[in-house]
Amino acid sequence: MFAFLIKRLAQAIVVMFVISIISFSIQDNLGDPLRELVGQSVSEEERQALRDELGLNDPFLERYLRFAENAVQGDLGTSYFFKEPALQVILAKLPATLDLVFGATIIIIGFSVPLGVYAAIKPRSLLSKLVMGFSTVGISIPVFLTAIGLIYLFSIELGWMPSYGRGEAGHIFGWDTAFATTDGLIHLVLPCITLASIMLPLFIRLIRSEMMEVLQSEYVKFARAKGLSPTRIYFLHALKNTMLPVITVGGVQIGTMVAYTILTETVFQWPGMGFLFLEAVNRVDTPLIVAYLIVVGAIFVITNTIVDLIYGLVNPTVKLFGGK
Amino acid sequence: MTQTSSALADEAPTMMQRFVKSHFWHSFKIDRVAQLSFMVFVAYILMALLAPLLAPFDPYDPASIDIMNSELPPSWQEEGESDFWLGTDAQGRDLWSTILYGTRVSLTIGICAVLLQALLGICIGLVAGYVGGKVDSLLMRMADVQLSFSTMMVAIVVLAVFQATFGTQLYQDLAMVMLILVIGIAEWPQYARTVRASVLAEKEKEYVDAARVMGLRAPRIMFRHILPNTLSPILVISTVQVANAIISEAALSFLGLGMPVSQPSLGSLISSGFEFIFSGIWWITVIPGVVLVVLVLVMNLLGDWLRDVLNPKLYKG
Amino acid sequence: MALLDVKNLEVSFGLRSGAVKALRDINFSLERGERIGVVGESGAGKSVLGFSILNLISQPGRISAGDVRFEGKSLQNLNDKDMRTIRGNRIAMIFQDPMMTLNPVLTIGDQMIECLLAHRQISKAAARKIALQKLMQVQIPSPETRLDQYPHELSGGMRQRIVIAIGLLMDPDLIIADEPTTALDVTIQAEIMELMLELCERNNVALILITHDLGVVSQVTQRTMVMYAGRVIEQGPTNEIINDAQHPYTQGLINALPQMGVRGERLQQIRGSMPSLQAIPKGCAFSNRCDYASERCRVIPEFTRSGGCLVACHMVEELVAQSENKAQDGGA
Repeated sequence: MFAFLIKRLAQAIVVMFVISIISFSIQDNLGDPLRELVGQSVSEEERQALRDELGLNDPFLERYLRFAENAVQGDLGTSYFFKEPALQVILAKLPATLDLVFGATIIIIGFSVPLGVYAAIKPRSLLSKLVMGFSTVGISIPVFLTAIGLIYLFSIELGWMPSYGRGEAGHIFGWDTAFATTDGLIHLVLPCITLASIMLPLFIRLIRSEMMEVLQSEYVKFARAKGLSPTRIYFLHALKNTMLPVITVGGVQIGTMVAYTILTETVFQWPGMGFLFLEAVNRVDTPLIVAYLIVVGAIFVITNTIVDLIYGLVNPTVKLFGGK
Repeated sequence: MTQTSSALADEAPTMMQRFVKSHFWHSFKIDRVAQLSFMVFVAYILMALLAPLLAPFDPYDPASIDIMNSELPPSWQEEGESDFWLGTDAQGRDLWSTILYGTRVSLTIGICAVLLQALLGICIGLVAGYVGGKVDSLLMRMADVQLSFSTMMVAIVVLAVFQATFGTQLYQDLAMVMLILVIGIAEWPQYARTVRASVLAEKEKEYVDAARVMGLRAPRIMFRHILPNTLSPILVISTVQVANAIISEAALSFLGLGMPVSQPSLGSLISSGFEFIFSGIWWITVIPGVVLVVLVLVMNLLGDWLRDVLNPKLYKG
Repeated sequence: MALLDVKNLEVSFGLRSGAVKALRDINFSLERGERIGVVGESGAGKSVLGFSILNLISQPGRISAGDVRFEGKSLQNLNDKDMRTIRGNRIAMIFQDPMMTLNPVLTIGDQMIECLLAHRQISKAAARKIALQKLMQVQIPSPETRLDQYPHELSGGMRQRIVIAIGLLMDPDLIIADEPTTALDVTIQAEIMELMLELCERNNVALILITHDLGVVSQVTQRTMVMYAGRVIEQGPTNEIINDAQHPYTQGLINALPQMGVRGERLQQIRGSMPSLQAIPKGCAFSNRCDYASERCRVIPEFTRSGGCLVACHMVEELVAQSENKAQDGGA
């Protein structure tokens, strides 16, 4: 466990270092703090003096170290637009984005596992063929078309769900979430389905093909020869082995998921980090862009650690606790 | 197809015969879905290639556009005009012509980006597999990191920063190059891993030792074996990757980070219609949307079929 | 009543190009405690025979004719639930490669206990006790720790011992062992074979030993069946088959064994290789590789009794006469 944590920590440091370099380069090249501080009316000489005073003419390394020091203390600069600390602005929007990711993850797991397993066990049944057909069509539809279709059908034609916004958020254990209120839940349905629709077909196909491979394996044949019930063979012997590659792919897909929150939030005008990020890009609000990148980097590191932990718990050949 | 047929047949004179007899051709002949998909795909390619000949108007020529014609519905609807059979978009461009040119843009970006991916991935894969050791583990580690950041994330960040730095005008001029570069660079690990795996498999084989013992140069012989071996996985990956690249481009265009409205891809065309869809002007979004979905679907179906027929060992994960 | 009775068993695989028969006209019976060897090249249908007894042939294979009777009861008509009370309980199976047979993500203990719980109404603790006892029977050192280990922590020989222990869990009447030692190191092969023989003898368990190794068969079994291209071509007491094979194919197999050849002489090989199931010659399947083949071999040969063996060959009498001549020549 200790060795695992050390390894993870080292990886986290490398990733965060890379992100900080990228972020710093963006800040260094994009933002001109003088523009924000003094406006156009100041003469060139005064500008230079101010630059020296602010340390903007210092060597790259010195400037980077200053940036990193501030970043570690949680100071990522002040948003030009909101006139508030950038990190605070981003973190205020984090719960809304996590609502989406959480909802979509539930949908993906809840549907992909049973459907994928069913399609593997009964590949010739009509339902399996429907599921596979649906997933092939599913991966071919761009997510924003799915979103537009859902909005058109459920919001405009049927009027069942709102087409934009987060609705009323409540609190669960002090955490701000739309899952706490009925209004919030109704607002969550369409965006979560949209976000899930990107990965659901992929996971159904993956689980099906992995499961089919596992069902051909010798140990499944041996389990049959032992006289075990099909339920136990399918859902313990086969599924546990199927989930190993699925968990790995799941870890890789977290990045894609976060990326697509930007798209989903844009379509549904969901007040999350992704929506904020795109606005920041349009306003060239550099500190906010940088803060977003760093928060997203931290999310990657945390979720990948969790995924690794889960993988280690499922796969006995990976030693998490003690040992080598 | 021609690629595969040449891989299946080594000798020139019997190539055609061997192709006709091959498992590949046989499975194609009995698979209706594959035939239909292939025909539709060829139709798309022709549409893209012959766009200037097929299109009644030139959507890039401001002189041929009349703003008075904007938002006309398709010609079969009441207010439609027979000149514009799929109607017009918000700027008054003929939708059919714009779709033809848009397909051309989408396919160009998709194919060029995948060519770039393949070039990078194959080179890196060969180096990693052949050199091995620390170089290999470093390159593969990079591949892991690259994949975990996801193409969309990298593309959004790079394009957003580029746009913010250089301004919208320059960005629009360079959009196509940027999209190809970003999508092309972000996805190299797919190819690199597959090629590396087959280099490693080939390295194990006895003839490599034999060549060394005889004083021959193993690399040259090896690579002559490796490239044909990787051909079928590369073909399968490429089909799906072009589909993915087209979808990624469409998504980026939807976010306003893709092709500009003056030179629309299918994605940016759909996006430009989005703000009108709720006022009943559905065709600017729906028609290019259908065109895009059919294109990607057909490519995915072809990819699935190739995977079943060629059954290559693809890298998982 | 025989323990196991296989009658006219036929297994076919439905392929796109038509059905292929992997087994045809298999007939044999097995008494309680009897050990029989099934010998043949790979692809002869030995493993399919093993799986078809437990009705476990993988898709698209199926039993297309004939019957398998266990203690007089046909296994063919059993539904899946009743079949499961036979599998692992009355008839156990041991697979070829112990590296692949055990589930990598479950502990040894889990994989043993689940088998007991599937067949008996006992507590987990009681099941664990039985598992422990069986591990001791197969001579595994520190069995208590093994129960909580995963397969990857054990060596190949150890794993095969565990697979055998799982086979013995329910004190079955019959064990089908499909090449149980092929995947192991040569030194461990003998140990495992000895262990199996001892356990079968002690518990009076019948054994069907599927192998391509005539040496192993001669050590362990009382009777032997030789298979070729999905058919049994010779069966009889093991010592007779080893010492006085009648069928040209069996003779070929025996002559190909190193210890049977004379020192300094080239090992004799059977020319050619076994045809694929789609390309079996008409009549006697071996005729295209047989040195003695004649016109008569265009018809499928019936079994004829020759000594203690049943042989499916048209040329048996000629061959017997020939070898007698040879013996006389040698003697004179």
